[in-house]
This record gives sequence, structure tokens and C-alpha cells, in this order.
Amino acid sequence: MSTAAPQAETSAVAPSRGMRFTGWAANYVDERTSASTAVKALGRKIFPDHWSFMLGEVALYSFIVILLSGTFLTFFFDPSMTEVEYEGSYVPLQGIPMSVAYHSALDISFEIRGGLLMRQVHHWAALLFVASIGLHMLRVFFTGAFRKPREFNWIVGFLLFVMAMALGFTGYSLPDDLLSGNGLRIIDGMIKAVPVAGAWISYLLFGDEFPGTDIIPRLYVLHIMLLPAITIALIGIHMVLLIVNKHTQFAAPGRTNDNVVGSPVLPGFAAKAGGFFFLVFGVIVLIASFFTINPIWNYGPYDPSPVSAGTQPDWYIGFADGALRLIPPNLDWVDPLGHTWPFGVLIPLVGLLVFLAAVALYPFFEAWITGDKREHHIAERPRNAPVRTAIGAAGVTFYAALWAAASSDLIATHFRLSIEGVIHALQFATIVGPFIAYFITKRVCLALQRKDREIALHGYESGRIVRLPGGEYIEAHEQLDDFERWRLVSFDEYQPIMLRPNAQGRITLTQRTRAGLSRWFFEDRIAPVTKGELESQSHH
Amino acid sequence: MSDAHDGHGGETAGKAVAQLDDHQAPAPAVAVVRADRIENPGFPPERLRVTDLDPKKEKQAERTISLLFFLSIIGSVLAVAAYILFPIEEGDFGTVRINNMLLGVGITLGLLGIGIGAVHWSKALMHGHEEVEERHPTRGSDESRERAVEIFSEANKESGFTRRTLMRNTMIGALIATPIPAIALFRDLAPAEDPVALLKHTMWDTGVRLTRDPSGTPIKASDVTIGSAFHVIPEGLAELESHRLEEKAKAAVLLMRLPVDELNEREDRASWSYDGIVAYSKICTHVGCPVALYEQQTHHLLCPCHQSQFDVANHCEVIFGPAARPLPQLPITVDDEGYLVAQSDFTEPVGPSFWERAL
Repeated sequence: MSTAAPQAETSAVAPSRGMRFTGWAANYVDERTSASTAVKALGRKIFPDHWSFMLGEVALYSFIVILLSGTFLTFFFDPSMTEVEYEGSYVPLQGIPMSVAYHSALDISFEIRGGLLMRQVHHWAALLFVASIGLHMLRVFFTGAFRKPREFNWIVGFLLFVMAMALGFTGYSLPDDLLSGNGLRIIDGMIKAVPVAGAWISYLLFGDEFPGTDIIPRLYVLHIMLLPAITIALIGIHMVLLIVNKHTQFAAPGRTNDNVVGSPVLPGFAAKAGGFFFLVFGVIVLIASFFTINPIWNYGPYDPSPVSAGTQPDWYIGFADGALRLIPPNLDWVDPLGHTWPFGVLIPLVGLLVFLAAVALYPFFEAWITGDKREHHIAERPRNAPVRTAIGAAGVTFYAALWAAASSDLIATHFRLSIEGVIHALQFATIVGPFIAYFITKRVCLALQRKDREIALHGYESGRIVRLPGGEYIEAHEQLDDFERWRLVSFDEYQPIMLRPNAQGRITLTQRTRAGLSRWFFEDRIAPVTKGELESQSHH
Repeated sequence: MSDAHDGHGGETAGKAVAQLDDHQAPAPAVAVVRADRIENPGFPPERLRVTDLDPKKEKQAERTISLLFFLSIIGSVLAVAAYILFPIEEGDFGTVRINNMLLGVGITLGLLGIGIGAVHWSKALMHGHEEVEERHPTRGSDESRERAVEIFSEANKESGFTRRTLMRNTMIGALIATPIPAIALFRDLAPAEDPVALLKHTMWDTGVRLTRDPSGTPIKASDVTIGSAFHVIPEGLAELESHRLEEKAKAAVLLMRLPVDELNEREDRASWSYDGIVAYSKICTHVGCPVALYEQQTHHLLCPCHQSQFDVANHCEVIFGPAARPLPQLPITVDDEGYLVAQSDFTEPVGPSFWERAL
């Protein structure tokens, strides 16, 4: 800071000893690193503020918590699958054969002070990490913040979501307990379903027939080295692109597509974001102090024969597990050459990949439909893009139905329903639910836009009842001021593409498709209030 | 750029950032830009915080924040105290819980004190009003783009990348070929055997006794009363030195006895059961979970993982859920001493389907 202080100020008052040292140190560093350039570029960079921008921060900070607690755990965890007899302090498991991995996970829980706390911090932080990424993605989607120039960052963020799930699953499997072992068993079954090479992929992955003695050490290497390295690299790219693109902001008086309004990194944003890191960390530790997560000692070591009722994976794998549950029976098909196609597993597998691909590629799809090549820095209110919001709602419904299906058995037992009834209802919800959600959401968006328009033009109901001389009662409407109105009238307006022949006088199929899609997107639309409308209204 | 607007208005939300020459301005395509759109009213008057208006409140906020940081220090000290004063006593789960809780609460206080303090500092005392920064088009400037093109063409000229096509194409070929050894190296991730052959055989064989899981004691036919179910492993599995879990993952069996008149048996499998006692693979044909739940009234087996249901009275055919095939049946009989034994191995691969399964 002292180096940035104007000369006049420093010369007026003799600098204190502390200041002289800071100045000397800053100079020392800068002469060797050119650090002042970075401070100049980033130190007063403006970050806009909105509560929803916090979701991405939660993801970033919970990842740091994961790194810290995970590092602690690596000092004690031994990922070997060598069989030993348990001789730790947890009485119910004494004398039972188990892998060294499970033994050391128990030791972390029961022999090491703070070990259980760190395990729980790690697990809770991981759950929060995936959850906050999911919510962050929804925020970005529903506000159109993925539009040009941020399509790449959407892809990077999507990859981070996939990484988070991969990190979660590999970590969940490491203690080699009964529950996670059954999870691996399911993965093994899904891999075996892959056409042509399934049995071979499983054999190589597990290093033997399932379960083998290699899978835990292999997952460990992925979990503590390869996947975190990729994740850190992706986070780096995500942050650099965030700085290059600058953050989006919501429409507000004075905020335009050409400026960023908010607080500078130093000091306001840094203090708030830095403080927020401690808040996220603190809340995770608080949860871990009071709420048990993944009590592996209750499950016992992995054994392929027993399983407990009500098994389900960590929440973020639920949608995949649910998809497996919803498939109708007897879908194996043996082709004329004698090869087996397990469609009961392949359909959910391919379906999920298609769903994830659709999520990843949506920005390009929308850009192609609108043909809008401009940069967008104003985060849209979801209602002002009714079809996109409706598509998002359909996607959320699809995901939610699959996710609920992962608890089909618990839903059945808790609500005293038949498992068949629950499955059939969720099959219906998975296929028909998204369409219902689409139509309802689109109508709600249009209705909200109409309401906004109404309020912008005629003001809001003031609650003040006035009796007119003629005896009539009316409720007086209060006009908005210009600042309040701006939020309601500042949004993009689009119209469907006109179908026109190209230079050769032809209308190509691509153009037809695009025109059809753009009609789908923009046929029903509400125009923002114009100045003319507002003026004619005020003359009433 | 700067005189295109005054930073306070005249811009619609949808206006493009790029304000370069007109021919470069990106097309709005199907966006409607109305001439009489309402204009941005510019920044509203600033609203001051209580700490800006009242020096007393400012001082109070300063004290609160200092107190929070001080509490944080206390929390960190308490955490260390809890670590020392509340150790884990062997075999006492309560001490684990206390250690976990007190240590956690101390650390939480240490963290939340800093967090709340810093955020409060930022919101209540740091320079309050918002600042404005201009955006610039993400696209590089014309100058740098031209220079980039120039650099690439110079590099191309100096290297002959597009001119010397043979050399370039062989290099690309070589680059594609180099990772192939790396892929080959992965073959030895698993032993040399063919997994398909392994998947088609289990420990069961002619005369192998059915024994209880996990004790390994053999089962007499007379032990199996009507309605009962046994979790079964082949004799000798419990004593295996290696591959115990691998063998168990294929050979686990469920043994049940049904009233003979309720059991429908296929003619070719009539001899596979013994007096109403049937043995089926416990490994689900869906994705391999153990089918561990037996409902003796209905003779249904349920897989707890994905709720596939199999009807034991009807050759374990799938009556609900995602499984694609009936559970494989293990042909059994009794030996001279009355113990249940297998007649042979399973006649089909157990567990989830795979490509070569039916070959």
C-alpha cells in the first residue's frame, strides 16, 4: 500500500518505522517480480454485487476446505487392500477381517484426535462443493450469463461439475466399507454393460475380477493427484476468464452493458470475499462438529454378499442411480451374432451422457438460434427469457425425477406406498414432468412480464382507497420513479428470424430448422415498455 | 469509446459493448432495438449508511469487529485446549464424540469470528459507495489481431509449415502414433488371463457342499425348513488364501425351501432342486448387487440397490425392476451324509450382463 501512496503525502509526514519497512519490502519484491503491475491491473478491479454471485464463491471456498482437510487425511490414510484383522478400539468390529484401507479409515475416526472431525469436514465440504457448483450453474443458466463472451467459461464450469462428481465418487469409495463397495459393484456392473469392451474395461480397471486388490490404490491416486490437479487447473482457467470477461451484473440504474458497477478488489471486495471464505469454512466445521456423515463403522468392511436395505449413494450420484432404477425389466437383447446388449443399463448410461452433453452445449445452441453476436454483460431476469427459463425448468424437473428415484425404496417405506407405484409415478414424472414444467414455467414467465409491464405503465397498488365525489371507490396507484422503473423495462427484445432465400435463391433445411427454432423461442413475447407508451400513459 | 456515453445513461441493457467502427459492430440479428426505448436514468442518489452518518455508530462497529476478531483468537485457543483436555479414551465412543464436538466448536469460533468480522468491516466501515469501471470488448484490438496474423504467417514462412506438406503430415502422424505405446502399457493393469473365461466360471462344481456364509459350516437338507432362507458360499471359500472376495462375488448363493406344490419348475430343471429346496445366485443380473432380501410369504427376492424383484416360485424370473434376466439357478442335490451339494457349476454366467455373455 505504501508504494501506492502519493509522494506529497509521504513527504509531508515522516514515515513510521513500519511504513519504511513495508516500503522497502514492496520495493524489494517488485524489483524482482514486477508485482506492482499485477496490483495496478487487479487491485482496484470492480466486482459487482448480488447475493446469487455468492454461489460460485461457496464452491471455490469449499474446494479450498476440501484441499486442506484432504491433505490432513492423506497423512493417516493407507489405501491398501491387504487383508488384516481389526484390532482397533471400536469393539463391534474387533477380530473381523478387513482391508488396511478400511482399518485406517476407522483409525482416523477413532484413534486420532480431530481425525473424525477432519473426515466429516472433508465429506461435508465435498457435498457442499458439488451442491454449490450445481446452484451456481443454475444461476448462470437462468440469468443467461453463459452468453457471448462467456461460452468457454460455461464449458470450463461444466467440466468442473463433472470433476466434482468424479472426485466425490472416487473419494467416497476409498474407505472400502460395505456401502461404498456396493457403489463400486454397481459401477462394475455398468462398465460390464459397455458393448464390445465392457468385461475387459472392468477387468483392467479393477486389476482382476471384481473387486480385486488394486481398485482402492488406483482410485486413491486419481482422487488425491490426477483429478485435483485437473480441477485446480480448470479453476485457474475459470478465474482468468472471469477476469478477462469481467463479471456480469444485473440491470440497475446507471449499470449498462458497457460498465461494471461494484466494489473494488482492494479493500472492499477482498475483505468481503476473504471474510466469506472463513464463513464457509466455519459453517462446514460447525456442521462437522455436530452432524455425523458417512459413519463407515456402522457399515462394516466390504464383502460382496451382504448389503443393507435403503442403500443409496451420496446425493450428487443420485440422478445416475435413479436412472438405473427407472428402467423397465427384461431389456437384454442378444443380437444374431450372439453378443449381449444390456439395454437396461445402456439406456440410462447413454441417456445421462446425452443430458450432460445438452447441458454443456446449450450456450452454442441458443447463440445459433438467436444469431445474436453481441457481447452480453447484463444478467437477465429469468422471466425475460421465458423459453430458456422453461427449458431450464424442464431440465431441473428431469434431473429431480431421476434424483428422487434414487430414493424410491425410502419413499415407498416412509410414505407407506408400494415400490411399484413409486417407480411408475417417477417414470411418468421423468418423461412427462419436463413437458409440464416447461409449459407452466413459460406461462408464469410471460405472466410475470405482463405484470412488470403493467406496473411500469400504471404504477403499483398503493393500498390507499379513495372515494370519488360521485361515490365511486378506487384504489390509488402510485407511479414508480425512473430508477425503480428501469429494472422493469430494461431487457432484450427479440423476434423470430425471417425465412429468406439465400444468394442462390434457395431456402436450405438448416435455415428452415433455425427459423423454426427461433419461432419456438420468440413467438410468444412481451415487448418492454417504450417511452411513447409511458408518455401517452402519463397523459391519462 | 469514452464519448459514446457518459457512463450514466443512454444505454439499453442489450446494447453491444463493441463500439468499434460500424462495419465491425456485431450484428444484433433478431434483437429488436427500438428508437423510443426508455433510457437508463443513471445512478440513483447515494444512500449513506448509519456508520457514515453517525460517528458513534462508526465507533460501535469498530468495537464490534474488534470483539469478533478477539473471539476468534479465543476460539483457536479453546480448540487447542479441547485437543489436550479431552483426549480419546480407547474403546469409549463418547470421548470420540466429545473430542469431535469441542475441537470443532473451537475451530468454528476461530473461523466464524474472522469471517463475520471481515464481512462486517467491509460492509459497515470500508468506503461505501459503488465505483464504476468501463468494459472493453473482449476481442483483441485490430492492431494486435493484425500483428498476430503477421506473426503466424512469418512463422509459417520461416518454417515452411504449409509448404513442406510431406514433412508436416508425417510429423502429425508421428504425434498421433506416440501415445499408442502408452495405451498398450495399460494391458498389464490386470493379469494375463481372459476375463471372459473367468466370468463364466465360479467355485461351484460337482459335489461341492453348500455352506453357511460366513462361517463355512455345511448345511443339511433337513436344516432347511419351509420358509427359511440361507446365505450360502461354496465349501472351502472361507479358507481361501487369495481371491476370496473375487470368488465370493461370483459364488454367493441364496438357498430357500418352498412347499413343493408352490414351486413351478421347468421340466429340464426338475432335478435341480431337492424336495422344494432351491439355490439361486445371489448376485443380481442387473448390475451385481447382492439380492439380499427374501420375502417368504410371496417367495419374492428383492435387490436393495435398485429394487429388482425375482419370483423364486417361478425360476426367479424378473417380475419388477430393471434386471434383465432371471437369477441363474444352481443345480443341487444331497450327498450320502445328507448335506446339500452342487451338481455342477452354474450353467450360465452369474451377475450383470456383458458383451460375450451368451457366446
